[in-house]
Amino acid sequence: MSKDWPLWEVFVRSKGGMAHRHVGSVHAPDGEIAVKHARDTYTRRMEGVSLWVVRSSDIHASDPADDAQNFDPAQDKIYRHPTFYDIPEGITHI
Amino acid sequence: MYTTELQKTKPVASTDPADKLAAFEARVAADEFIEPKDWMPEAYRRTLVRQISQHAHSEIVGMLPEGNWITRAPSLRRKAILLAKVQDEAGHGLYLYSAAETLGTSREEMIEALHSGKAKYSTIFNYPTLTWADMGAIGWLVDGAAIMNQVPLQRTSYGPYARAMVRVCKEESFHQRQGYEIMMHLAAGTDAQKRMAQDALNRWWWPSLMMFGPPDENSPNTAQSMRWRIKRETNDELRQKFVDITVPQAEAIGLTVPDPDLKWNEEKGGYDFGEIDWSEFYAVVKGEGPVAKERMRARVKAWEDGAWIREAADAYAAKQAERNAA
Repeated sequence: MSKDWPLWEVFVRSKGGMAHRHVGSVHAPDGEIAVKHARDTYTRRMEGVSLWVVRSSDIHASDPADDAQNFDPAQDKIYRHPTFYDIPEGITHI
Repeated sequence: MYTTELQKTKPVASTDPADKLAAFEARVAADEFIEPKDWMPEAYRRTLVRQISQHAHSEIVGMLPEGNWITRAPSLRRKAILLAKVQDEAGHGLYLYSAAETLGTSREEMIEALHSGKAKYSTIFNYPTLTWADMGAIGWLVDGAAIMNQVPLQRTSYGPYARAMVRVCKEESFHQRQGYEIMMHLAAGTDAQKRMAQDALNRWWWPSLMMFGPPDENSPNTAQSMRWRIKRETNDELRQKFVDITVPQAEAIGLTVPDPDLKWNEEKGGYDFGEIDWSEFYAVVKGEGPVAKERMRARVKAWEDGAWIREAADAYAAKQAERNAA
């Protein structure tokens, strides 16, 4: 029984102009084979035009326990949204 | 393909902190998704690892009964379709293994559990595929039952599982249609072909109904799984739905569902159907299916025969890394 190959996260660009989007992961000994496995596993039906693979261990993520301090401050800064500002009737194109 | 929860673990006293548990329950009740790094109760994690890995194993073992017929498909068209379907099953297994791994189990552990016979997979794959019509019956009934099970799981509370289910469901509907098409053609063929289709329906009907798992009153974990949105509909609800949509499909192509007690019940707006032989189900779960041993032998052989290529890939990766370091 061999040990698992490293895990790679797979990102697919669905068509030109779109961002690569995470779709899942594969195991592979190196990046080249990870791309091949990603192709067979995640793009059997023209799901994309480009693939990225990233070693899962290279991804650093925010901690859900810190969600409040990370993301809540945006809630009280509603002046970042255009609808915060009252523009008088009759003024257009703004 | 799908397996309902087949292996029960004994409940263990929860050591989860009450405040975290309450916050978790509230999130799930509000239909929020739980993601890998979120806090979750141990039992939730354990149940999901078991359910998702059993589901993955079912996809992988599910390739075997159909793989049996690839070289004997009656035309190039059927052969190409069957190959694509079997390849999809491999893909589905991989999506699911990946989803299970986000819960902290490893691929190695899961595969080891399957090969050693510790892990369960759907009982349906321990029945033999005797004729070409079985490819039709499997696609139509087995994949049909799987879809019925999997569609609600697209809204399951664990994000990676739900997302895997979305992909699986999208790919699965061709599986069911190609199977029904096989049955349709056989049923419209010669007498011998029609008999072959009917025989396949006779053999696969009851095992397909068993795919939804034990009746609700014998499914003690259902309530908790429903509350945690790991399961979205009960075994009996899904089974009833399956019968209601499948019976007219059989009638439409002139095949007869092998159940003398099958009868439309106007009042409930669904079919009444006969008793399921649960002793058979539990025997097959325990590994007494007609071809259970053969399936595992084939699976382990494939894994062992492929060892050299995994080793070669490792050696190549090591060599490349060494060159890049130099």
